Amino acid sequence: MKTTNIMIVGVGGQGSLLASKLLGNLLLDQGYDVKVSEVHGMSQRGGSVVTYVKFGERVYSPIIDRCEADFIVAFEGLEAARYVPNLAQGGRFIVNTQQIDPMPVITGAAEYPVDIIDRLQDSLSNVDAIDALALAKEAGSVKAVNMVLMGRLSKYMSIPEEKWIDAIKKSVAPKFTQMNIKAFTLGRK
Amino acid sequence: MKKLMLGNEAVARGMYEAGCKIVSSYPGTPSTEITEYAAKYDEMYCEWAPNEKVGLEVAFGASLAGARSACCMKHVGLNVAADPLFTMSYTGVNGGLVICVADDPGMHSSQNEQDSRHYAEAAKLPMLEPADSAEAKEFTKLAFELSEEYDTPVLLRMCTRIAHSQSTVELCDRENMPLKEYEKNPKKYIMAPANAITKHPIVEQRQAKLSEYANTCSVNRAEYADSELGIITSGTCYQYVKEILGDSVSILKLGMVNPLPEQLILDFASKAGRLVVIEELDPYIENYCKSLGLKVEGKNILPICGEFSQRMIAEAMGLDVSNYTEAEKLPVRPPVMCAGCPHRGLFYALAKKKITVLGDIGCYTLGSAAPLNAIDSVLCMGASVSGVHGFNKARGKESEGRTVAVIGDSTFMHSGMTGLANIAYNGTNSTVIIVDNSITGMTGHQHNPTTGYNIKGDPATKIDLETLCHALGINRVKVVDPYDLKTTEAVIMEEIAADEPSVIISRRPCALLKSVKLGAPLTVDNDKCRSCKACMRIGCPAISMKGEKAKIDETLCVGCDVCKQLCAFDAIGGAK
Repeated sequence: MKTTNIMIVGVGGQGSLLASKLLGNLLLDQGYDVKVSEVHGMSQRGGSVVTYVKFGERVYSPIIDRCEADFIVAFEGLEAARYVPNLAQGGRFIVNTQQIDPMPVITGAAEYPVDIIDRLQDSLSNVDAIDALALAKEAGSVKAVNMVLMGRLSKYMSIPEEKWIDAIKKSVAPKFTQMNIKAFTLGRK
Repeated sequence: MKKLMLGNEAVARGMYEAGCKIVSSYPGTPSTEITEYAAKYDEMYCEWAPNEKVGLEVAFGASLAGARSACCMKHVGLNVAADPLFTMSYTGVNGGLVICVADDPGMHSSQNEQDSRHYAEAAKLPMLEPADSAEAKEFTKLAFELSEEYDTPVLLRMCTRIAHSQSTVELCDRENMPLKEYEKNPKKYIMAPANAITKHPIVEQRQAKLSEYANTCSVNRAEYADSELGIITSGTCYQYVKEILGDSVSILKLGMVNPLPEQLILDFASKAGRLVVIEELDPYIENYCKSLGLKVEGKNILPICGEFSQRMIAEAMGLDVSNYTEAEKLPVRPPVMCAGCPHRGLFYALAKKKITVLGDIGCYTLGSAAPLNAIDSVLCMGASVSGVHGFNKARGKESEGRTVAVIGDSTFMHSGMTGLANIAYNGTNSTVIIVDNSITGMTGHQHNPTTGYNIKGDPATKIDLETLCHALGINRVKVVDPYDLKTTEAVIMEEIAADEPSVIISRRPCALLKSVKLGAPLTVDNDKCRSCKACMRIGCPAISMKGEKAKIDETLCVGCDVCKQLCAFDAIGGAK
């Protein structure tokens, strides 16, 4: 059985660590060998953050290299564009249309690329763009962007919805469970 | 029971299962979570020490007393702990003692890329290197056993990819390890010359015995395949090799990287037509193989600098890899100080006044980034304080009036205090700014001696920074709130002009602390905004120019009000 590779990319502070934790536990419960590689420390401070989730019969390397990602879940447009080379042939790209300016753009040293989502959709065949921030707000918190995106990812995976819901319940504090499930459900639609 | 665990969590679990009783560490990425997870077990006493040297000496004391003990640190932390390390090699242990050191190839969160294996060789200590979380746990337990069997501290080498990757671990029960008898034994534990002279040959004999052990131990494993190619590797590199080559080549996987197994390597090499060592950082195993007279490849096809990946190894081995198109040239996204970060106001004032800043290690290192560009040098923990004294001694009075050191609360406790004592004692009119955000920030919020809480979050003695600075011989100690830009600037100018050494404590808790409640997000009044971009000068990630007007991102803004103070047109509102 081939290993399935999921990359989660975004901006430090967007909640990608929680998403990867949720995925890891969900996949382990499905009986797979799983590896999840995270980034801590300096790069978390608003920097470009990458998390790798890999599952299969036996997973060796914890990282996902060029042309290896079966799924890329991008929490932000510019970060999506940055990791295009990692997408495998026929891989699925899920992109949050949210734009977060990096410091070089804020200071005027660089410009945020125009029409970045449109261009992704033009150049790749399997791009699913979603306004996860709007759906997260609808669910009750801008912080639930991660659950909206997990909801969208779940559409493309064969794991039953109730297993995802169970995993969410195990990964978030009880008082936020309903809000996170709502965000997940909105993303899955 | 099977559990998905971070490599660091697995090390903590290994300590727990091995019956470890005492863990004393200083946080440092990528090692921090070992001690954080260890602290979750009530059976182990865990603490954050002020620095790695203290942590290792605490662990030594606990070992002397008969307890299994441990100390964890990042690679550069081992430099700080190197003094006790080298001599503990001579004393050996009573209770088993394990030192976890986490290297950071690729420097995800470090100031250099040093290879800790050299320490094992130089201090003549055994070193184990796991390749996933399951091994991290098992090797930790083995390390305790080896420590007691061979009467030596044992190093456990982690790296970022092992420390911060989760993989499956099978849980076992905790072994009950009663305290070993403590007996006074001056010949073993007092390393004065007369005793140390007798101990050194014992260390050499121990190395020889461990070399024998390395040849047959289960953690050094040859996986033979019907192939001419033989690869010697260890740690995360083993996983990359397996990912691309599977069972198609012979692999010698080394779980023990010091001492290296001479006979095992010679046997393995004799069966291989082509021998390649695949290791990150320095050619440590490769040079050893060469010293055995073996013809071996390694750093001729793979780099010394940076992290490896499976593709990099595939390319180096001449395998076919899929083609891809490089991403278009995109703006980089470097780490930045968070929205609401209390360091921002301070660095804004320093940058505005064009002050020379000797910086230090922590979140506030980010004051060096654009647009503030407020820092001139960053070396190692504590170097700002000692450095500013040297800088001022070299350049004299003119420099004293335009130069400061900036150091965090935790870093000051780690190794800034001695530098400050030096300033007082050897007399420069230096100004040291302690950025006190009430937490050790960069490594993810650990308590330290100035926060008033211990590792479990229980109340602890809070060392008062003002009193401490006075005690270190500094008469002028001022406290400012860095959210108040005007006062911060005024106090800096006053203190650098002072005719004596001084300390400014820039005090505001980290905006990410749960206890910190600021205002609602601020908003920009588009009618009042004149697009002057004054608010952009502080480099807040929440503020950007959208079209002609400044815009504040409501998902990021925490309402610290610093930008508001820069707006001459009263266009920024909301919050307080």
